[in-house]
Amino acid sequence: MSRKLSVKHLLGIKQLTTDDIELILSTADHFKEVINRPIKKVPSLRDITIANLFFENSTRTRTSFELAERRLSADTVNFAASNSSVKKGETLIDTVNNILAMKVDMVVMRHPNPGACVFLSKHIDAKIVNAGDGAHEHPTQALLDAFSIREKHGTVKGKKIVIVGDVLHSRVALSNIFCLQKLGAEVMVCGPRTLMPRYISSLGVKVEYDLRKALEWCDVANMLRIQLERQDIKFFPTLREYTMQYGLDMDLLNSIGKEITIMHPGPINRGVEITSEVADSANSIILDQVENGVAVRMAVLYLLAGRSDD
Amino acid sequence: MAAMAPRLILTPQQFSITINRLCHQLIEVHDDFSDSVIIGLQPRGVNLARRIRQTLQEILKNDKILYGELDTTFYRDDFRKKDLVPNQTNINFIIEGKNVVLIDDVLFTGRTIRAGLDAMMAFGRPNDVELMVLVDRRFSRNLPIQAKYVGVTVDTISSEKVKVDWKENDGEDHIWLLTND
Repeated sequence: MSRKLSVKHLLGIKQLTTDDIELILSTADHFKEVINRPIKKVPSLRDITIANLFFENSTRTRTSFELAERRLSADTVNFAASNSSVKKGETLIDTVNNILAMKVDMVVMRHPNPGACVFLSKHIDAKIVNAGDGAHEHPTQALLDAFSIREKHGTVKGKKIVIVGDVLHSRVALSNIFCLQKLGAEVMVCGPRTLMPRYISSLGVKVEYDLRKALEWCDVANMLRIQLERQDIKFFPTLREYTMQYGLDMDLLNSIGKEITIMHPGPINRGVEITSEVADSANSIILDQVENGVAVRMAVLYLLAGRSDD
Repeated sequence: MAAMAPRLILTPQQFSITINRLCHQLIEVHDDFSDSVIIGLQPRGVNLARRIRQTLQEILKNDKILYGELDTTFYRDDFRKKDLVPNQTNINFIIEGKNVVLIDDVLFTGRTIRAGLDAMMAFGRPNDVELMVLVDRRFSRNLPIQAKYVGVTVDTISSEKVKVDWKENDGEDHIWLLTND
């Protein structure tokens, strides 16, 4: 296995090699041990300042990144677009350059526009971690999902994973597909035709429109959130109808006749994509995903900051 | 110029005598180890630590000696100067109030021990910390760190290397001095 990442930024899973992903996951193992210590902090990044730029709302991801940064002893500054000069018409490069002028080494950014991080990486020196760009990629989520599957099943290779729901608007889906395929898993997507990108099968994934069939096939079901805020037109008649077709409840799960690991990137619309019973059941690893998120993000920040050649 | 032939510092027989002596020195101070713990530093200190633990268990007929393995990677001061790969940390107890014996194989600049001291503090505030090393490379320290228990002391220059073979990994126990110029 390689000792360092082949990339300078984490812009997406697409740019990572399988070696990179495995290095991140194995480093995250060590950080998971660290965050279960009585003192959950190591001094590795004490000379690093990280700016968290969130041009879009986020609770879980921002908190997770912030915890990861603090547990590595980095200094952090937070920036939320809602109360910033972005509102006054400042461009993205100006905003970021102003922050970098205050001597910031790394930028963690979430932005509503796909490719915002790639664009930024061409114009600034600091290292960039993509915390979600529009409906494009959400690499750390995919890494923590892979880490959680690996933790539960021992390996990702050869496992069958179905991603259910709003694939069209989901950055989690795209990053997951790239990540799981690079690790040797079989991936299926399942959802209503209106929420399925037209060329999705060109990514080498199976497409299934019947949730029961998808569940019968898989080892792990990753239930995506219906992103009501991104649906500027109606993609399905009513939430109730969506739930009837693609909602996962205990009756359906029990009728499959095998154990399926349930994942959800959060936040959950309880009673829509999955019922409370399923979300809180023994096969659900939703809260493990959240715990692992901090360890995986620590690994990403550590490995990017630690590259010895720059 | 070709590298000179390695010089043997300890033979397998001397090696075993040294391990036994170190164990008895530990027992002199720590008695039955009820208030003491052994912590091996990753990656190579754990070889010595495991051997010491095993020998102590045989001598004391006590298999309840608290033992842990500690990785110092996240605490090192040469982060970003070279690519560091972490190893496993395995300490499932708290060292609060304990007498800690920190174990590494070769004491050279003292920087690993410095990192180890910092890393250890994440597991509580020990009562007392001692250092044991198999090889003390005298005159090469960058930091004011000395070992209390020393297997063998060697005088080396920085172009020389000390290599420790373990019978678990290498077939036989040896300590070699390698010269590269």
